[in-house]
Amino acid sequence: MMTARLIFPAAVLLMLLALWELLVWALAVPKWIVPAPSAIGQAFWETRALLATHVRQTMLEVAIGIGVAVSTGVALAAVLDFSPWLRRAIYPLLVISQTVPILALAPLLIIWFGFGIAPKVIVVTLFCFFPIAINTSDGLTATEPELIDLLRSMGATWPQIWQKVRLPAALPYFFSGLKIAATYSVVGAIVGEWVGAKQGLGIHLLRSSAAFKTAQVFSAIAITSLLSILLFLTVFVIERKMMPWYFERR
Amino acid sequence: MTLLAVDSLSKTFSSAAAKGAQPVVQALADLSFQVAAGEFLSIIGPSGCGKSTLFRILSGLEQPDTGQVTLQGQPLPLETDRQGRFGYMPQRDTLLPWRTVLDNVILGADLAGDSRELARSEAQRLLPLFGLDGFENVWPSALSGGMRQRAALLRTFLTGYETLLLDEPFGALDALTRRVLQQWLLGVRTRFKKTILFITHDIDEALLLGDRVLVFSPRPGRITADLPIDLPHPRSQDTVLDDSFLAHKRNVMAHLKLE
Repeated sequence: MMTARLIFPAAVLLMLLALWELLVWALAVPKWIVPAPSAIGQAFWETRALLATHVRQTMLEVAIGIGVAVSTGVALAAVLDFSPWLRRAIYPLLVISQTVPILALAPLLIIWFGFGIAPKVIVVTLFCFFPIAINTSDGLTATEPELIDLLRSMGATWPQIWQKVRLPAALPYFFSGLKIAATYSVVGAIVGEWVGAKQGLGIHLLRSSAAFKTAQVFSAIAITSLLSILLFLTVFVIERKMMPWYFERR
Repeated sequence: MTLLAVDSLSKTFSSAAAKGAQPVVQALADLSFQVAAGEFLSIIGPSGCGKSTLFRILSGLEQPDTGQVTLQGQPLPLETDRQGRFGYMPQRDTLLPWRTVLDNVILGADLAGDSRELARSEAQRLLPLFGLDGFENVWPSALSGGMRQRAALLRTFLTGYETLLLDEPFGALDALTRRVLQQWLLGVRTRFKKTILFITHDIDEALLLGDRVLVFSPRPGRITADLPIDLPHPRSQDTVLDDSFLAHKRNVMAHLKLE
């Protein structure tokens, strides 16, 4: 049934690509305005070595950014959980902070942290932190009190209650957040590179479009989507491995 | 020999969460009773009469306003004194969804830091008796209601505590499953030498299982009757048709004062 679920969207995608190819050819659209899929494929193949170095750079930023977002997001969720007072004070601020356009922050980060990897990692972290922190925090509050009571009645210590009840109960929420974060993260890195970088898909995109190498722009966009999808699938696989109980019941 | 003594327990809830005109709710008022070792004590009473509060106090989840709990001659004044002393089975089965049936039933040993392997093999031996043979590696979500209750009961038995507090263990089950499990519990009980406090809404259940029945008044919970049930063992579903059983039943109903 997995193949059946994939076959229809794949067929539609192929048809759209064919239509695109056909229209570009029929209307004789100049290559620098809209290149045909075949031209994009060709550009991809010709620049594969260059693309690989950019992808490596971008994914490094993504990996560090997600790592920082997971550790700080989970830590903040735990802190909010320890103090209902802190939670009431900080939770609304967290939500409000999401209205700050991260895109507009990126140039500031360059001013503060220079052109190295740090500002990119920070942008990725800013994109990923919120869904992880909020979801984990919600997951921790959603623990069934009866389960905690049961362990308390058995004389369990607080670390035991966290290890055996609270963390597993929050895990599905954490993974929902991580899946959202994973899809944001690559875009975050590209935004970070956009404002100034030596390497990475973002700066490659910018350079290609400045040089009217439109096919290269499209191939970079395609690889960006692909990376996001791959990242999402990675999280999905880890999720299934870590929570078989959650998936086997449905 | 007195195993457990409950001495003038009172408990009032003054929670902000209690809505309506009554912000203060008295759950228990000056409750005293004693339980002998090996006794099966049924506790029956109307909804909200504080039965569950009694169990929550005994298992160290609530602190009484006044009164004393004494187990084996040892007073247990603090919540932490009472935690880890009773095998408490809450109303809902509360199996941990992320543990297999086998790992759920050994939770007590796991918390105590005992060897999991040892606990697993001991539990494995008991699975057939609890009707869970072949289900050891299944997630709780795959079990039927009756099986979930039996798994929760096995977990409670395996905590190793002498006194078990069972809060309406069969309350959520259909009548037929409930009867099967009552019969089964009568059988299991003779194999384990446990002292059992058993909350129920069902008069037949209270009489069929209990050596003694405590009847609670409506809130605040007080004991309106303390009745020894001298029906002979082994008891079966036919016992509920005996004249002596019906006499007990009439007596309990009279004390329940159902409005």
